[in-house]
Parts: sequence; C-alpha cells; structure tokens
Amino acid sequence: MTLSVTAHSGATHQMADAWRRQTSLRRLYTAIGVGLLIVALGSTMWFADEANAGHFFDRLPHLLDFLSWLVPKDWNDVWRAMFDIASPHDTGTQEFNFPLGRAYVWGSFYVPEYFELMLTTLNVALVSTFIGFVFAVPFSFIAARNLTPHPVLRLIVKRFMELLRAFPEIVIAGLFAAIVSIGPIAAIIAIGLHSIGALGKLFYEINENIDMRAEEGLRAVGANWFERVRFAGLPQVLPNFMSYTLLRVEINVRISTIMGAVGGGGIGEELKLSISRGFGAKTIALVLLLFTTIFIVDQFSAWLRRKLVGEQAFVMGA
Amino acid sequence: MTAMTADEIQSIEERFPQVFQRPFQKRFGPLLLLGGIFFYLLYALWFFNLPQVMRESHWERLPLFLTQWISYDVQPIFRLDEPQITAKYPRFSVLGPDPNPDWVKTNADGSVTILIDGTAKSITFNRTQATIIANGETVAVGLGTGKPLISGPVPGWITAHEDEVVADMGFAGEARVAVDRVRIRKRFLGWANFVFDTRSPFFGKSASEVASLIVSGPELKPGTSNLALAGDNIWNNAQWQHGDVWTKLLQTIVMAFLGTMLGGIVAFPLAFFAARNITPSRLVNQVLKRFFDFMRSIDMLIWALFFTRAFGPGPLAGSAAIFFTEIGTLGKTYSEALENIDDKPREGVTSTGANGLLVQRYGVLPEVVPVFISQTLYQWESNTRGATIIGAVGAGGIGLKLWEAMRTNSNWANVFYMVLLILLVVFIFDNISNFLRRRLSRTIHDYNRIQAEQG
Repeated sequence: MTLSVTAHSGATHQMADAWRRQTSLRRLYTAIGVGLLIVALGSTMWFADEANAGHFFDRLPHLLDFLSWLVPKDWNDVWRAMFDIASPHDTGTQEFNFPLGRAYVWGSFYVPEYFELMLTTLNVALVSTFIGFVFAVPFSFIAARNLTPHPVLRLIVKRFMELLRAFPEIVIAGLFAAIVSIGPIAAIIAIGLHSIGALGKLFYEINENIDMRAEEGLRAVGANWFERVRFAGLPQVLPNFMSYTLLRVEINVRISTIMGAVGGGGIGEELKLSISRGFGAKTIALVLLLFTTIFIVDQFSAWLRRKLVGEQAFVMGA
Repeated sequence: MTAMTADEIQSIEERFPQVFQRPFQKRFGPLLLLGGIFFYLLYALWFFNLPQVMRESHWERLPLFLTQWISYDVQPIFRLDEPQITAKYPRFSVLGPDPNPDWVKTNADGSVTILIDGTAKSITFNRTQATIIANGETVAVGLGTGKPLISGPVPGWITAHEDEVVADMGFAGEARVAVDRVRIRKRFLGWANFVFDTRSPFFGKSASEVASLIVSGPELKPGTSNLALAGDNIWNNAQWQHGDVWTKLLQTIVMAFLGTMLGGIVAFPLAFFAARNITPSRLVNQVLKRFFDFMRSIDMLIWALFFTRAFGPGPLAGSAAIFFTEIGTLGKTYSEALENIDDKPREGVTSTGANGLLVQRYGVLPEVVPVFISQTLYQWESNTRGATIIGAVGAGGIGLKLWEAMRTNSNWANVFYMVLLILLVVFIFDNISNFLRRRLSRTIHDYNRIQAEQG
C-alpha cells in the first residue's frame, strides 16, 4: 500500500516527509528487532541442541519411534491396565502384571490403584488450594493499596508473596520431603505456599479495583479495619476470588501431577515410571485417566465460574 | 428505641419479601458450603493420614537444614587412645588437605583447647578430664573410669548418654565427649570454598594474594597463565560446580525462551483460523480450538516425559515440552484477542479492495500485536519460573541438579546457591517483561489519548 501525498503547500509536504521519516525509522527498528529475535532463536536452538543428550536432526527420524511402543499388542490391555484385570499376555514381567495394583477397600472389593493415585493427586490440589485461599485472602487485603492497614505492612506482605511465588516449588517440596518424608504432604506444603503467593497477587489486584464508597460509609460510622474489610471489601470481591481460586484448582491439579513425578506421591510418580520403563498399555491408561480428570475439573470449574461471575472471569491466570 | 408491633413487622415483611423470605438455597447456601469444606478437610486429614505423618515427621530438622543453607561446619575428631592427641579431619574437609586452624590449641601440659566460640564456648580436654565452658557455666567431665562422668549438676544444654556427653552450643556447634574420643562440630557462617576448592593452588589465599599471583606471579601450572588457571579453578570448583550450575541455569532460560517463542510462532497463524470473526468456517474454528485445548490439557509434564524419551534428557526435550503446551495456551489467548477486536478498521481496509492477507496485515494486526506481544512475554516469564520443575524429571535445566542436591540431604548450601540464582533470574526476567509490557500498554494508552483528543 502506498500513500501518495500531493504537495499543495509546504506544510503538507513537511508532514508527509515527517511521516515517511517516522515510518522508515519504525521499519528499521522492527527489522532490527526481528533480526535480533532470529539470532536469539538460532543461537538458543543451537545451544539446546548441543546440551541435549540426543541431537535434534539425529533423533528426528526416530521421533515417532516412541509412539510405537505406546501401541499395545492388544488394545483391551488399556482397560485391563486401568482396572487391574489380569492380562492374557502376561509374561511374568511387570508390564502385564496388572492385578498387583489394587487398593482393597472392603474385603475383596477393590478400587484400581490408579484411581486411588488420581484421587491423591486431586486431593493434593484441593487441599493446597484451600491453604492458598485461606492465607491469600487476609494477605490480599493487607497488600491492597486502598485497604491496607499500614503502608509498611503492605510492602512487607507484597514482597513476601512475591518470594513465595518465585521460590521454586521443588525446593520447598524437597526440603519438606526431608522433614515429613517423601510423599503427598510435602507436595501439599510446596503447592500451598506457592498458591498463597499466586492467589494473593491476583486477589489484591481485584481489591484495588473495588468501589470505595461502601468503605467510606463504614469509615463514617467508625468501623475498624477488620469490619471495613469484612463488610465493604469482601462482598464486592468474593465472586472474583472464587473464580480465581477455581482457576487455581485447575493449575494445581497439573502441578500436583508434576510434583508426583518428583516424589510427591500420586499419579505423576506412576506415570513417570510407566513411561521411563516403556509400559505402553499402562501409559495409555494413565494418560487417559489424567486427561479425563483434567477435562472434568476444567469443565466443572468453568461452569462454576460462569455461574459465579459470568463471562468476564475467563482470563488467563498464572 | 421502641419495640415494633407485630403488625409493623408484618408490614415490613410484606413490603420487602426478598429480604425476609429468601429461598432456602440462599439462606443456607453459605452455611452448607462451610460445612462441606469442613467435612472435606476432615476427610483429607484421614486420607493423608496426617496425624501419623506429623507424629513421624522431624520438625527439629527444619532449623538444622535452614542453618545449613547459610553456613558450613568443620568436624574434627580427637582420639584420646593414641599417644598424641591430634585432630583428624574428614577426608574432604573444607579446610583443605593441611588444616591448622587457630581455634585448636595444644597447651603446654599436653591438653587440647578448642575455641568453639571464643573462650566463652570452649572445651579443654586431656586423657582423663574434659572441661566444657558454655553459657557462663563450666562443667567438668571425668573420663578416667570407663564412661564419661559429669561432676556436679547437669545443665540443660548438656545431654548425658550412657557412653557419650553431648554439649549443645547452639549455632556455634557442639562437642561430643566419650572416653576414647572427642568429636567437635564448629559452625561458620557463610559458604566455604565458594571461589576456589581445596585442590586449587589458589586455595586459602587472600584476595590480594590471588590478585598479585594473577598479575605478576610465577606460572603455577606450566603452560597456562595464572588468570586462565584461576578461571578454570573457579569454573570447575568441585564443591560448588559453578560451571555446571550456570550452564544448567542457562539451559532453563533457553528452554523457556525457545518453547515460548516457537509456540508463539506456530500459534500466530493458527489463531487467525481459530478466531470465528476472521475465519467464518465454524468447523475450522472448532477443530483448531479443540486442538489448542488438547495441547494444553496434556500436561507439560507428560510432554516432557515423552520428549525425554524421544530426544534423550536435555534442554531440547524441555523446550519441546514447553513448545507443545504453549501452542495450546498462546493459540487460545491469541484467538480470543482476535475475537475481541474492533471490526471497523478491517471493514475500512476491505472497502479499499485489499485482498485477504492485506486486510489482516493492515486491518487486524496493528490492533492485536501489542496484546500478542504482551501475552507472549507473560508466558515467557511464567515459563521461566516453571521450567525448573520439569527439569527435575529429566527435561534439562537446573531442576534436576536441584533435586539431586536435595536428595543427598547434605548439600543444602548448594541448594540455596541455586535457589538464589533462580530467584535472581526470575526477578530480572519479571522486570524485563514488566518493563516491556508497560511500554506496550503505554503505546496503546497514548494512541487512545490521541484518538480521544481528535474526537
């Protein structure tokens, strides 16, 4: 597209010149930016390739190999693996030795172990979100510019939440694994602490956007800080708080799966073992189970959020 | 205040029925919710077997570990059944192969004094008697009778076991006295051998000594300049592994960058086809949107595990895992941004007879590019934070190193060092990303202001 400017007067001419200068400068900046980005992408790709155990182009033809072991001899093995029913292909290896993983509830009535592991992962996510919520709510009111009881306190709480957010979860999990032994409790503490920081930030940003007239009214009748927060702040923000908390549940289900893979118990551990040992049918069963669970959690929380605050709640959160 | 009559109450109730006769769900909803949460927590308590886990946990280890993050200790052993009482240091003592610390003193009468924290916290011993001084008290332990015997009252900071007397001196350390040996633990604040490890020829030298050696000293290792040797010694420090740690940290950053950028590049064109206002075909929209959902909901962990199998462990696997997840995340956010655009510029460009591509370029892109960049930056920042975790399952980066250091249960200082580096990186990247996003939003803001001024 070209812009033709007919020179009627000096002023128009000057304007066109300035416009052209500005565009060419912009184009130069864009070109430099894109060039830098390409250089950065190229060099980081090279670095990642160099540092990796197998190289990209060497592995590329074999990329789909790993899918081939996923294909079980008999697709029914997937269901057998999920419900711990003995496989007729059992050769004595662990790959087909399904009936071992049963959690007996009552007599000979059992729940497949995978379901119990999934439940552990879900419970880790729920309990840690609860911890996050319980602490993030008061912290968020202290950290909100318009509601804080004291500016210095606000600064401290804000920094503290930043630290909780940025602190690597596996370090907290590892530290507590050394104290309460490896397992879900360490994962709950780690994810819970992270959730305090993550939810607290989202919450105080909501708090800073509330309508302050209700707070002024309460101030006028002599309400103290706690009463102002309780009766002016909380009712306004609670729907949004709930919405973000539900979003956090989704994220925490994923994180607790990852924590499981590094020793936090639950389904992640089993998944990691299954993939690294090459148990095709078991892996598919686990991924299916995980996929279904995450899908259900996502849909349920989306439905709840829609009910709570309507469409505006569908924003990305971290 | 006068009491209301029944009639008045009734009339108020009639006028505002929505306040007094709320549906059951609204009246008891919150209460039921709280009750539900309470019962769920009780269930969780039982499910995780919390009381037992808490009983079996070792909370006393927490301060111990935390002190190990910021300090180190030296643990010499003195054998009392040998002809000469001399200190034996562990094989890889942080004091180097030839330690001769000034806090171990051999007195004229053959006894040894160890200053754990000056003379206020110290222990003096010979073959028959040990004198422990701490907290303003002096305790004598007799060693001549086959088992350590404390004469006089036992203060709270001393624990007397059958064959050993343990004197706890707080942060400064502890002394364990038995009839045939005395074990000392002396704790120092800070990190030992952070720059040069004990094998380095520069070990134990002050900064000025090292500087003068580098500038004008004789070559310590023939054929290599002292500067190169010093650099090599620091980079390959056996205890702190600076080189390895920094490379792994760089891998984590690279993983996040590569994954996010490539995800953005792939998601960018796809988002145009997924946005229902730009591509009218409902089928294409739905297929792409479900594809994004799929990429997102297969977790980063599963991608990471698959790609470590495909590529072998390393940052390539991590980048690929982030890349696949980001296609989903960025595809979704991009297409949502596209669906929220103002249609007028597009109509304007279409009315000039421009073809489809040009309409996107001039009618749509200027509106969404700032949003796209801002979302990509946000994901980049969040992935930099998150990439440490998938590293722990073998996807490259500092995660695995961290996890390994923690598993040994002894390298807590190394853990803290890596944590500090990660926090620093996260802090820097947060600020870069925030700065860039602010710049971007300011552009939009300025643009809106100019628009408003022009009416």
